[in-house]
Amino acid sequence: MLPIVNHEGIVIPLDRSNVDTDAIIPKQFLKSIKKSGFGPNLFDEWRYLDQGEPGKESVSRKPNPEFVLNKPQYVKGTVLLTRENFGCGSSREHAPWALLDYGIRIILAPSFADIFYGNCFKNGILPIVISKDLTNILFDKAQSAEGLKLLIDLEKQIIIDGPYNYNFDIDAFKKYCLLEGLDDIGLTLKHSEDIKSFENNYHGQFPWLTK
Amino acid sequence: MPLTLYEKIFNRHVVREDNDTYLIYIDRHLIHEVTSPQAFEGLRIANRPIWRTNSILAVPDHNVPTTDRKKGILDPISKIQVDTLDSNCDEYKLTQFKMNDQRQGIVHVIGPEQGSTLPGMTIVCGDSHTSTHGAFGALAMGIGTSEVEHVLATQCLIVRKFKTMQINVNGSTGEYITAKDIALDIIGKIGTAGGTGYAIEFSGSAIRDLSMEGRMTLCNMAIEAGSRAGLVGVDLKTINYLKDRPFSPKGELWKQAVDNWKELISDKDAIFDKVIDIDASLIEPQVTWGTSPEMVCGIKEKIPNPSEQKKESNKKGYDQALKYMGLKAGMSITDITIDKVFIGSCTNSRIEDLRAAAHIVNEKKIAKNIILALVVPGSGLVKIQAESEGLDKIFIKAGFEWRDPGCSMCLAMNADRLEPGERCASTSNRNFEGRQGQGGRTHLVSPQMAAAAAIHGKFIDVRDLE
Ligand code: SF4
Repeated sequence: MLPIVNHEGIVIPLDRSNVDTDAIIPKQFLKSIKKSGFGPNLFDEWRYLDQGEPGKESVSRKPNPEFVLNKPQYVKGTVLLTRENFGCGSSREHAPWALLDYGIRIILAPSFADIFYGNCFKNGILPIVISKDLTNILFDKAQSAEGLKLLIDLEKQIIIDGPYNYNFDIDAFKKYCLLEGLDDIGLTLKHSEDIKSFENNYHGQFPWLTK
Repeated sequence: MPLTLYEKIFNRHVVREDNDTYLIYIDRHLIHEVTSPQAFEGLRIANRPIWRTNSILAVPDHNVPTTDRKKGILDPISKIQVDTLDSNCDEYKLTQFKMNDQRQGIVHVIGPEQGSTLPGMTIVCGDSHTSTHGAFGALAMGIGTSEVEHVLATQCLIVRKFKTMQINVNGSTGEYITAKDIALDIIGKIGTAGGTGYAIEFSGSAIRDLSMEGRMTLCNMAIEAGSRAGLVGVDLKTINYLKDRPFSPKGELWKQAVDNWKELISDKDAIFDKVIDIDASLIEPQVTWGTSPEMVCGIKEKIPNPSEQKKESNKKGYDQALKYMGLKAGMSITDITIDKVFIGSCTNSRIEDLRAAAHIVNEKKIAKNIILALVVPGSGLVKIQAESEGLDKIFIKAGFEWRDPGCSMCLAMNADRLEPGERCASTSNRNFEGRQGQGGRTHLVSPQMAAAAAIHGKFIDVRDLE
């Protein structure tokens, strides 16, 4: 998992509440055998004017010029700003996979759906809960002609907007995992030496189980 | 302190403990094409190696066609999944039985058949019916795709301890009563959530009397009672079954192993969190009538009336189930007419199942109303064995189709399926809505009862057929 320490990025203002995981990645893309490659179909139904099917090349698609991801000033964005209850609906882990594959590393919203919130951390995305007031302020700036670039300092737990600093909360353990780039596997692998010595012992005791 | 079998196996495998969360070591990792691709992909993205490649045995089973294999797989999505398994196994040099290998079959049939399932092991697979392997005194459980990746990368699994349940099936079962009937009877009694959070150990004289194949059928269905792991203690049958299998230990190692395996039973005074006693002599041939394995009754019984149910949730559930199944409360099970018959799945596709079904079918013909009767052996080796005994001829002569091994109509991921409204007597393990095809209606039964239904065209007590 890619660690996050300091992340600087352009803010994409997705001005909707209750965005569900089916909107993030529609169900026809779940038959994939991959964890990557979902980026071109992130928000597929909003992002394109034609119907998306697995295998359809995105260059041959008709982008919806009205949708925020297609506006030139946001094309390089990596920080998603959105409204209440982001990531509700089905528990599919394909939703964070799609966001990550697109390049989103930070999501700012006044609230998140539970399972989605947890799935983000497992996949190296930092979801930050911000106040409604701050949400409004950031939307105004991000939607203005100049746009908005933010620096997120995870170590210090602050969002830096030029001269303005905003603190945010995060579970200490989740923070540690993100800073170190540790998923469950990464965490277990920190105990590699324990596993190796267990394995040696165990196979000495039960030699018929080495194959 | 006296220990249960589950505790003995669990304790052997603890690498670390942290606040009741355990890191346990995994001996055997079985892999199939549906739940593994994203796990391999995850490894690649993170640039992680596989911890112990020789712990893995892979086989495609869910998507494979059961006819005309030479032509390859026609459904493009199924083909991609099977091809991906092939290329992952090739890339990481894993032991795999590819689709056209004689040893290919349903993952839970080939593990034991190859001796790759051994007593005392921890065994995982991205598939809930991994509980099957517990028949050998192993701790075997199904896991999700992210856990598959975790085991590939670390050879370990993060778990909490299960509670323990002992189900004693005492006395002996009557003639034609099989492990499947015992399993369905238990699920009918404790419900599909009865075993949730428990590892269930099956014991008692009726379990000792079962063959290894019967014990596999029983442990296979543990998950249908909500339990992720079913277990049976090791005895001489276990050891005899495993002798000289390809992956079984040989020579001096075999002797050492056998000595060790003899300890793999619950201690006499071991304390279980829950104990259930069942009288084997009262078990009748079972038939499910609803859309959950707990909606089951004896062949001589009538379909229960939803309004007579004590539990409010049952009233509604029974009502919905009867609607879906197109059945009426109070109807006799023996009045239910069948359209299709499926003998197969990891529950009932081993050689003894096929022998038992062939015995019923011998010299008879399937009824006129049966549109399709399928026999799908659990593995290529089961198929070869059955053919060497002439069972294929018995089935074909009676009007059955004799297919190539795979999951087939157990979950209808390949071309074998029910059409909307069709009714099937099936030896598989799940009768959920749409499981065997959208709108299809599944009745779970033993191989003998399925065979009898094929001949009679309706459900019939197999004991009355002859
Ligand atoms: S036979 Fe059915 S239950 Fe068994 S592994 Fe295949 S799909 Fe699952």
